[in-house]
Amino acid sequence: MSDNKFKRRSFLKGSAALGAGVVAPTIFTRSANAYTNEPGDSRVVLGFNVPQSGPYADEGADELRAYKLAVKHLNGEGDGGMLNTFSSKTLNGAGILGRKVDYVTGDTQTKSDAARASARAMIEKDGAIMITGGSSSGVAIAVQSLCQEAGVIFMAGLTHSNDTTGKDKKANGFRHFFNAYMSAAALAPVLGKEYGTDRKAYHLTADYTWGWTQEQSMIAFTEELGWETVGTVRTPLSATDFSSYIAPVINSGADVLILNHYGANMVNSLTNAVQFGLRDKVVNGKQFEIVVPLYSRLMARGAGDAVKGIFGSTNWHWTLQDAGSQAFVKSFGKEYGHPPSQAAHTCYVQTLLYADAAQRAGSFNPCAIAEALEGFKFDGLGNGPTLYRAADHQCFKDVLVVRGKEKPESEFDLLEVFNVTPVDKVMYEPDNPMFAGGSLGKCNPGA
Amino acid sequence: MDAIILQILNGLDKGSAYALIALGLTLIFGTLGVVNFAHGALFMIGAFCTVILNKLLSLEMVTKSATETTPWGTPVEVHTPYVVMWFGKVGETMIDYSVFWSILFAIPVMLIIGIAMERGLIKFFYKRPHADQILVTFGLAIVLQEIIKQIFGANPIPQPAPDAFVGSIDIGALIGLGANTVVYPIWRLVYFLFAAVIIAGVFAFLRFTTFGMVVRAGMADRETVGLLGINIDRRFTAMFGLAAVVTGLAGVMYTPILSPNYHMGMDFLVLCFVVVVVGGMGSLAGAVAAGFLLGVLQSFASMPEVKEFLFGFSIDQVIIYLVAVVILLTRPRGLMGRKGIMET
Repeated sequence: MSDNKFKRRSFLKGSAALGAGVVAPTIFTRSANAYTNEPGDSRVVLGFNVPQSGPYADEGADELRAYKLAVKHLNGEGDGGMLNTFSSKTLNGAGILGRKVDYVTGDTQTKSDAARASARAMIEKDGAIMITGGSSSGVAIAVQSLCQEAGVIFMAGLTHSNDTTGKDKKANGFRHFFNAYMSAAALAPVLGKEYGTDRKAYHLTADYTWGWTQEQSMIAFTEELGWETVGTVRTPLSATDFSSYIAPVINSGADVLILNHYGANMVNSLTNAVQFGLRDKVVNGKQFEIVVPLYSRLMARGAGDAVKGIFGSTNWHWTLQDAGSQAFVKSFGKEYGHPPSQAAHTCYVQTLLYADAAQRAGSFNPCAIAEALEGFKFDGLGNGPTLYRAADHQCFKDVLVVRGKEKPESEFDLLEVFNVTPVDKVMYEPDNPMFAGGSLGKCNPGA
Repeated sequence: MDAIILQILNGLDKGSAYALIALGLTLIFGTLGVVNFAHGALFMIGAFCTVILNKLLSLEMVTKSATETTPWGTPVEVHTPYVVMWFGKVGETMIDYSVFWSILFAIPVMLIIGIAMERGLIKFFYKRPHADQILVTFGLAIVLQEIIKQIFGANPIPQPAPDAFVGSIDIGALIGLGANTVVYPIWRLVYFLFAAVIIAGVFAFLRFTTFGMVVRAGMADRETVGLLGINIDRRFTAMFGLAAVVTGLAGVMYTPILSPNYHMGMDFLVLCFVVVVVGGMGSLAGAVAAGFLLGVLQSFASMPEVKEFLFGFSIDQVIIYLVAVVILLTRPRGLMGRKGIMET
């Protein structure tokens, strides 16, 4: 009996000791890593996931330049750029929450699987606490989903599909860039004014998520204007020669061609359309017109003279005269000898917004940062007063309608800002059918 | 009717590029028996010969403006091409016609690249299996395109056609179909004519010269020609150089149609292999015929009417492969291939 008692007591003591031994490190671990990649006291690592190879490598290079500049400014080097004009004054050049900002880079290759692999490597091997960048909606949606699972914040780069903050939105993902709906909402009134309300439009559309939402948005807004859609043709992303898609346009009765293409697709389809003399044609008694809903200055260069007089939209342009834009152009121009692209601008701003949110939250916990970004209103970052809407993590700001410049003064002077569409004209409800079908879900801090 | 004529023209134009590239591919396969996956890279390098010459002709003297500054505070740079400074209007015309000058520039460049490629790498793989040849030439293609990307960047670089060839021609009015019914870009017609001249030139060279006769004899029976004391290897090396020149010139003249980028060779490569297989491995006439045939078929397949007929299913990206499957199943030697080839 006594043996049994001894054994029972020994067992209890042993269990208590073992329990303490097991629980203590767990408590310690949980306390040390309350969220994924909780940084130490001296440095914090950001992950810049941009296309360094593949068709959008030049755009990726400009994004990377912007990120490096942002890191310099956050660490108190250089002239401070937009830190001086940002309405929030929490960033003072002392890093983020007293930690020096460091970074690692990954190559998305503009392929979803490669982008996810590089983001995963930066999170798991390099300890990146935030992932940002990219030049494609397919990639953005894939990486956003990965960041949600991993418990890190994703600050999207250039992604224009409605789905990124629509059916594929995630609680850990935030988009500063505008979207297809906003482009269409901003462009339609200008097109109506310039080309009239009695038009017949033909769409050539890149066959992937961005193209579909861009086409859907343009059809909705132009038909609301009174235009008729006479044809919609999906073109493969790999297409290089669009001549066989352009030829049917000529006999379709259309007097406007809308090219829902981006990057090399846009360069080639626009060049082909101009070569086929579409812009010289008169159809239905009207001058034939071409519209490119989303412009990229870097890529417009590839189309040469073909962009002259063509309407489109852009998230930001280096010729803007507000203090934030001028400060950024000055910093970037001094550093690299040329003006920044819209992709560079959005990536720079996203880095600052993340850093500021961490400062205001007083934590790197992704959920605290998400909370600080949700509903955040700011100014001084080049787009006027801007709101990061809590319901879908989409930024709302004025949208620029641009036109290919007839007489460019330099190789960078390809587009002119034709109209600034106020934010209230491009705003939509979170449950708009074009964005329906998904839910943010809950913020995931990981760990 | 006008839509059909337009698609035929489109097909012939597209087919011109396919035919030129496939001609080079089949020349190499027919003479050396090598499956050259770096052939697309030769097309791309040809296109970049135009870019390089254009850049050379456009070399500028850069002066700093004393009065104007950039938005970031540095003096504005004023660029003036040297040839314009030296030759005035003649200099401007030289730059304008750089695509044509590029033909002269590309011929020696492509010849040297072709011979260097064959002597420096490919000759070591003659007796190796086709899989090894494919691997090494594919690797070479990737290396070449990455070098071009490092130097020229990833974005397309526009090369406008000379001013006199910009715009389109109203073929509809010329053939009595009515004004503005069939309007076609002038440069695409130039490309078609250029391709026809090059193809005719290659065939004439092989048929009417002693060199060509020996090469054809070597293609038919390499061993016997060697036993006659003829150094057939040297001639086959020259044919590799010729194939590189033909493909490079296809790239040079294609630049006003498709702005050159480092990846353009790969975009054409697989299609052109299919063209060679459909035409018949090693058959020069087959490669040309299949190039035009598949170009026209692809153009027709992208017509909305075809899509409607197929209940909304788009086949323009698969038509070439469908034809290849049918040909391989029913006539493995291809349309004009020699009996016995790929039929064992």
